[in-house]
Amino acid sequence: MRSAVPAYAIAAAALLAGVCLAFAAGRYPVSPAELLQIVWSHLTGGPSGLPHTTETVVLQIRGPRVAAAVLVGAALAMAGAAFQGLFRNPLVSPDILGASAGAALGAVLAIFFSLGMAGIQAAAFAGGLLAVGLVYLVASDRRSADPVLTLLLGGLAVGSLLGAGIGLLKALADPYDQLPAMTFWLLGSLAASSGDDLLPLLVPVALGGATLFALRWRMNVMSLPDEEARALGAPTGRLRIAIVAAATLVTAASVAAAGIVGWIGLIVPHLARFLVGPSFPRLLPAAAGLGGAFVLLIDTLARTLAPVEIPLGILTAIVGTPCFIWLLRRSQRSPP
Amino acid sequence: MTLQAWELAIGYPGRPVGSGFSLHVRSGEVMALLGPNGSGKSTLLKTLLGLLPPLAGRIELDGRPLASQRNETRARRLAYVPQALAIGFGFTVRESVMMGRTAHGGLFTGPSVHDRRVVQAAIERMGIGALAERPISTLSGGERQLALIARALAQEAAILVLDEPTASLDFGHQGKVMREIRRLADEGLGVLFTTHDPNHAARFADVALLIREGRTLASGPVASVIDLAHLQALYGTSVTAVGDPASGRQAFLAM
Repeated sequence: MRSAVPAYAIAAAALLAGVCLAFAAGRYPVSPAELLQIVWSHLTGGPSGLPHTTETVVLQIRGPRVAAAVLVGAALAMAGAAFQGLFRNPLVSPDILGASAGAALGAVLAIFFSLGMAGIQAAAFAGGLLAVGLVYLVASDRRSADPVLTLLLGGLAVGSLLGAGIGLLKALADPYDQLPAMTFWLLGSLAASSGDDLLPLLVPVALGGATLFALRWRMNVMSLPDEEARALGAPTGRLRIAIVAAATLVTAASVAAAGIVGWIGLIVPHLARFLVGPSFPRLLPAAAGLGGAFVLLIDTLARTLAPVEIPLGILTAIVGTPCFIWLLRRSQRSPP
Repeated sequence: MTLQAWELAIGYPGRPVGSGFSLHVRSGEVMALLGPNGSGKSTLLKTLLGLLPPLAGRIELDGRPLASQRNETRARRLAYVPQALAIGFGFTVRESVMMGRTAHGGLFTGPSVHDRRVVQAAIERMGIGALAERPISTLSGGERQLALIARALAQEAAILVLDEPTASLDFGHQGKVMREIRRLADEGLGVLFTTHDPNHAARFADVALLIREGRTLASGPVASVIDLAHLQALYGTSVTAVGDPASGRQAFLAM
């Protein structure tokens, strides 16, 4: 059995590189040495000996944004890996059960009623959880022969209804004030991240991430067909609910914080599986680290490529679409 | 350890598949389950595994009602070997066999030293030690079947239920897999397997259950139920027997 150590090493190395790059790039570059000095002085309470501006950039502006990017990326990649395993389909992503669409509808609704930033986040979070709850209700109405397929199709149906709701609100919205806000939010951005936003993101991601991590040994057997997993002695019903709930929680939290950042949950688990194999005790930490580093890299590009911020969703789509087509062609050629 | 069923009615709510099945799988014995496609073999297997509740009748595993046993408890006594179809995501043979330890560990715990030992022993017992670190999806059908049997052995169950263990295997691997199954029974396991080949039943099983259109056609020692008359009635086609004078063995051919 391959050791789990390289998985953690890969995750740590990717994150470290991402963080160093994120601080070094941009209008106010901070070198890794300066970064270390500030973190050290912050921890010990001593003076860092660096200009006040540098400290402000690190601790109040870029720091929270970097932390948010890492959390969002880790959350989406872990949720993607969990869903792909659970649904035995490598082309599944965290938004498959309507989590993203529900969160988006919640946020758009909050913008429509001008509820402010906190309101948008709360509504997005509630919308994501409600949507997945609704999908579960639709799918568990009857004892179905293939619970996994029923859940997927339920997610598709509910997702398209939610999409119609988003479309309706966009049509009704004030085109000069609300509509641009909605569009920007739907494309995803971390530009508004501040220290205050970190806690509502950190707590659910830590909670859901810890749940997934605790169940990592059982997630392998959960990626077998339901009857096989049950015959092996896994309590599949309860495990499926726990995994779906945890993955939905982290997805909803990340959508609430950053809007819709597509493709991460689809592509990053594949990259991780390619590097450390499919077994969850290795896959989950590797996916979390790579996901965090990936969103951090994309966000660094988003704020440095052009004078105006480019929405994250646009960049992830530019990277993600070719990757997806490649995956699709590969998975069509031979069974995964 | 025995798996015993009385007057089972099987199927899905509103869609019964068959009824009147009684059977008894004992330690050290191999039971073959034969029947044409659509006769209810798979449904009967699922019911006996506790994956599908029976519509009527009763099933006991180790003298206790099957329905009252938890997934984990049942899995430590009764193991299922599905058909060797492709397994997704490229788990290695060792990782797949380790899944057989699910019922022996806690929800949040990884494999113990003991688990690793049991897995290694199961892999070696099936003679696939050289393949242990290969992704299971890269194995041939026969090797994959042996890996799935190793997974069932890692469960340390006393009774093995195999769904068409020789389907989609080449001629040579069919013999190898059937010999391994026979050997496991000789070492004390109880075995129930389904097959489309009456010769496998005649050669490797002790008792056979013949089912057709959801009913038991015949049941008993293979010598008395695997014969021309029963096979012709079972498959609705004429069958000839070819004898080998040297060994005195018979083989059946469908016409």
